[in-house]
Amino acid sequence: MNKNSSAPVSPERRRMLKASGVALGGLLIATWLPPMVPKSFAIQRLEEEPEDHELQPPTALGAFLRVGHNGHITLISPKIEMGQGVQTGFAMMIAEELEVPLSQVSVAEAPPNPELYSDSILNFQATGGSASTRSNWEPLREAAAAARIMLIQAAANQWQVSAADCRAENGQVIGPGDRRLGYGEVVAAAAELTVPENVPLKKPEDFKIIGKPAQRLDTPSKVDGSAKFTIDLHVPGMKIASARACPVVGGTLVAVDESRARAVPGVVEVIKLDNAVAVIGDHMWAAIKGLEALEESVEWDFGAHGGIDQAQIEQALRDAFERDGAIANDVGDIDKALDGAESKIEAEYEMPFLAHSPLEPMTCVAQVRADACELWVGTQAPVFARQAAAKASGMPAEKVIIHNQWIGGAFGRRLETDFITQATAIAKQVDYPIKLVWTREEDTTHDLYRPHYIDRFAAALDADGMPIGWSQTIVGASVLARFAPDAVPPNGLDSDAVENSANPLYPLSNLRVRYVPEAPKAILNSWWRGVGPLHGAYVVESFVDELAYAAKQDPVDYRLKLLGDQHPRAQAVLRLAAEKANWRQPLPDGRGRGVAVQEVFGSYLATVVELQIDANNGVRIKRLICVADCGIVTNPTSVHSQLEGGTLFGLSAALYNEITVKNGRVEQSNYNDYRQLRISDAPPVEVFVVPSTEAPGGIGEAGTAMIAPALMNAMHAATGKRFRRLPLARAGFHVI
Amino acid sequence: MNTQRYSSLLSRSRLFGLVGGMLSLWAAAVLPAQAQDAEQSQIERGEYLARAGDCVACHITEGGKPFAGGLAFELPFGTLYSPNITPDKETGIGDWSDDDFVNAMQKGVGKDGKHYYPAFPYTSYTLMPREDILAIKAYLFSLEPVHQPNRDNDIGFPFNQRWGMMFWNWMFNDNERFKPDPEQSAEWNRGAYLVEGLGHCGECHTPRNLFQARDSSKALAGAEIQGWKAWNITSDDEHGIGAWPDEALASYLSAGHAEGYGVAGGPMAEVVNHSLRFLTPEDINAMVVYLKSVEPQSEGIKRPPLKQLEASVPQQTDHPLGRKLFADTCVSCHSWDGNGRQTPYAALKGLRTVHDPEALNLIQILLDGDALHTANGNYVMPSFGEAYSNEELAELSNFVLEHFGEVEGQLDAKTVEERRQAP
Amino acid sequence: MLTLTINDVDLEVDVPDDMPLLWVLRDVLGMTGTKYGCGIAQCGVCTVHMNGNAVRSCVLPVSEAAGNKITTIEAIGKTALGKRVQQAWLEHEVVQCGYCQSGQIMAAVALLEKVPDVDDADIDLGMAGNMCRCCTYTRIRGAIKSVAKA
Repeated sequence: MNKNSSAPVSPERRRMLKASGVALGGLLIATWLPPMVPKSFAIQRLEEEPEDHELQPPTALGAFLRVGHNGHITLISPKIEMGQGVQTGFAMMIAEELEVPLSQVSVAEAPPNPELYSDSILNFQATGGSASTRSNWEPLREAAAAARIMLIQAAANQWQVSAADCRAENGQVIGPGDRRLGYGEVVAAAAELTVPENVPLKKPEDFKIIGKPAQRLDTPSKVDGSAKFTIDLHVPGMKIASARACPVVGGTLVAVDESRARAVPGVVEVIKLDNAVAVIGDHMWAAIKGLEALEESVEWDFGAHGGIDQAQIEQALRDAFERDGAIANDVGDIDKALDGAESKIEAEYEMPFLAHSPLEPMTCVAQVRADACELWVGTQAPVFARQAAAKASGMPAEKVIIHNQWIGGAFGRRLETDFITQATAIAKQVDYPIKLVWTREEDTTHDLYRPHYIDRFAAALDADGMPIGWSQTIVGASVLARFAPDAVPPNGLDSDAVENSANPLYPLSNLRVRYVPEAPKAILNSWWRGVGPLHGAYVVESFVDELAYAAKQDPVDYRLKLLGDQHPRAQAVLRLAAEKANWRQPLPDGRGRGVAVQEVFGSYLATVVELQIDANNGVRIKRLICVADCGIVTNPTSVHSQLEGGTLFGLSAALYNEITVKNGRVEQSNYNDYRQLRISDAPPVEVFVVPSTEAPGGIGEAGTAMIAPALMNAMHAATGKRFRRLPLARAGFHVI
Repeated sequence: MNTQRYSSLLSRSRLFGLVGGMLSLWAAAVLPAQAQDAEQSQIERGEYLARAGDCVACHITEGGKPFAGGLAFELPFGTLYSPNITPDKETGIGDWSDDDFVNAMQKGVGKDGKHYYPAFPYTSYTLMPREDILAIKAYLFSLEPVHQPNRDNDIGFPFNQRWGMMFWNWMFNDNERFKPDPEQSAEWNRGAYLVEGLGHCGECHTPRNLFQARDSSKALAGAEIQGWKAWNITSDDEHGIGAWPDEALASYLSAGHAEGYGVAGGPMAEVVNHSLRFLTPEDINAMVVYLKSVEPQSEGIKRPPLKQLEASVPQQTDHPLGRKLFADTCVSCHSWDGNGRQTPYAALKGLRTVHDPEALNLIQILLDGDALHTANGNYVMPSFGEAYSNEELAELSNFVLEHFGEVEGQLDAKTVEERRQAP
Repeated sequence: MLTLTINDVDLEVDVPDDMPLLWVLRDVLGMTGTKYGCGIAQCGVCTVHMNGNAVRSCVLPVSEAAGNKITTIEAIGKTALGKRVQQAWLEHEVVQCGYCQSGQIMAAVALLEKVPDVDDADIDLGMAGNMCRCCTYTRIRGAIKSVAKA
């Protein structure tokens, strides 16, 4: 894969591209597709071919890209749109290399197909881990560039001139003498050509689209109500289902008096599942009222966890420190360093369970027929969705059709397939399609939550207060062990749990990082926006801040000193953030600034919070600055949006969020007791993006991971006290 | 069913009871059609009366079976638990005779001869004639028995000496049936019976004396109970319900709501949910007639003046944090102008709740939320105690009092914490 | 049978009186621009207008809606202000996942009707009932202010 791309790509990444088995070549299909308004492919199918459910497994040819006979370009997006702007970014990449205006590109959702669409960073077909742009930056542009070369060649053949004398521009091939052929006119001939290899990519200085702010393709339909999310779909004959699962994980349904629900007007059916009861109605209101009517008569077997309380869970996590766990990194001799240190600093940090709580609750349209199981569902993991539906329907995977849909918020929740399993199980019992919609209460109480982590640090300091080394022990559930057990080595080391910890940004000559997995009872854990770095950045940046204060040094200077000559990009964002925040300007009493800097998802970020505390524990965030170096930027608007929104998303959790368990049940249920950031709480986020020609870094979760340490460090600066356990509301503070 | 009929039956009730008990056995076996109809109608009447008496409110726990008891009553001298009154022979009242049941209801004495504590409102139920009591028993005995052993009360000395209740009863339980006032209308008398007897309104709304007995000189003048204010419901125009139009009062009783006057919350919402909403319009009107005649008492919180507020954010406030929180979580239903935004059930204007400087009910409802079940649907107020700090709830309350009630709220974080901790 | 006036069209529906307007719109009339988020008027994604005022349709019994003029996201663009707000939303690239934005736009239009010259404080208090989990708040402020200034 030798080409003239000037955008550097690491050798590892190249290897992954190859290993992923993605067909980087033939990406052209000459099938005419109608010029679609930019919206979900499945919706199009629903509207135009409601009766046509023919299975059409995609081929390597046309995996990413289709050029219609009208010249219209369709991107088959391996990543689902859930607000991160990824599909527009992808469209920009292919428009750039194909030399078409962005308006000529529309987007369709890729079906499940691990051979074609596995992510080269995540190693499965999924949208997550802030990996989309990083892993598709090259293959998508290569696909488009290959298509351009083939279209040019086809035109050159027709004109009987050399392809070298032709060029592509604005959806046309232009040949000698200003001869022009639209892409649609040559696509049939182009499709017959061999897909070229080693296609050269444009140099960044030649970019016309990439790097310039572009309006998202999906937004017009999202401001006039016409966009369809899963919850909005209607397929012929469909009814609405809602479900109530056993409030305790692992519990089962014993009995229920169905007649009470059947008496509710609009209720069609009561469905019993192993661990849940569902009511199907003509509308959601009937389903909700039906479930309410069942409440008194439902009998559950709560199973083993009906008596579990939060205190027991936390005690089990504390007890886990006594176990050996797995060593994530061991450099030098930290025991010796601690023994001989001038001084030592120890600290313990704690992060709570978190629900995802997307505004679109879990929802899935499912139909189980004799010939197929067909699902319309917004999912971050289409292959897993297919597996789940196959298992629940009893059909082979090839008989399961997944139409992926735009997502009304996921934040990692839709990497899970529990609701897809449930929808399929319900659909299997009836002979019409159902749309399963969870109530908010069901969504909050039956989430799979971000792990509750406890971290213990001990640092050995020299006479200047600089660390000779530190030890860190992490205790928390291993998400990976539950989600993809094969990805966990025998010693149980979960690479996600030790992110930003095992190889800290700061060079240390003595370091030991230990991880002890401890899966809580009564709670399932999963990916949550920010994943590993959300945890790692918080604890490392909090601890470094403590070391800086103990050394009576400025937290920015201390970090720069500690970085030494390492990570110039980290130093650059830190310096810029300090400058933008007027870091050196002293603040009056009751005010404080906090900072955090890390490499997260392949991007470098520095975040500064300036806040003020009043006499009654009121906190006002005066400024929130986020500086990022995320390499080459495709759509600056999306990068800014993600940093703004992602930072505030993390702030919401850092301020307010904590899921707790009582009697095996999650205690929170809706936004009254699982509070979220509102506009009245939200400071303006000042985003600065450092111009860069480095390979793209992830940005969707980067801001989220950085805010908690910056916030808590600022709290310390303002109050002189360390608050080590999230959320801040636990310590009695509120936003004013 | 008029009150005259009750009085004529009063003197003969004991005899009827005895004979009736034997008759019902015989009837079931020998006289199927007619007698079983009679039995059925007695059960139905009993169900209605049990609702009017709101028996289930106390004889159930959250998530528990109706009438199986177990509800805790945290009182100054200890904790009481309501007993199982399903017809389970072992743990309920399945082997109680009619006399046992009547004694319990009228004298506050259980089958075992032990005296009840007056958390059980027998000092009100005592007004009931035997016939009504036995109808309730017939209804209870028609239900599925629930095997659920009673929880022992947790009462310390000297209050665990139940014989002491004999003296209390001697002083405070009249053990008299309701005697209609011939000067008053049948409607008034029916209302009086429902309010004073079955409905036992005074148990909450009449203040108690040193001995925890109702202070009859201040009947229905309002009291504090379980951390809630049971408002003055005498006919006083300012402090009571005297100025409420009859329809408003009837709507409040039957549907828990009268726009501009009141919304049932907390324990009163439960009374509406379990009891009042099932009463006939005639009975509700009877209660209205009676309540309007109750001697006025000028005690407690007045109704606030009906302010004409703008439906937009108030620019001036001493409680900006409270205003912010109201904008965050309250205004979506309650609106800045105090009219309910989606439904008048959420209207705050005119409520004593927003005019009480102590904000007793306001904070209770913020902490725990509320749910009102009516024939028009369910109205739910979410709880905000979990996710909002004491400081926030105090300031939110102060803003609500300032904006809707024109009183200076003095709530602080400490007070809210005390309310949280209160049993 | 209830008669609803939605986006200037009279529609007859045969549904329970206590059914929230939200589900009538979505599941009976097929108007899915108005979203479900919480069902307890805490998130605002179900916001529609009743006689020009923003209301939460998830707790609005359909019987209370009958006889009133209901406007939804599907028709707000027919008003000059509604169109301007939608345009501002696009110009400021407010949208992320987009799920809450129908409600945000409906709330913003109602706010601007009442307070045409909004400032940040007005926006914070006027829009606080509309949650956005993607936290597009910075841009919502910008978009509303741009309409106010125009």
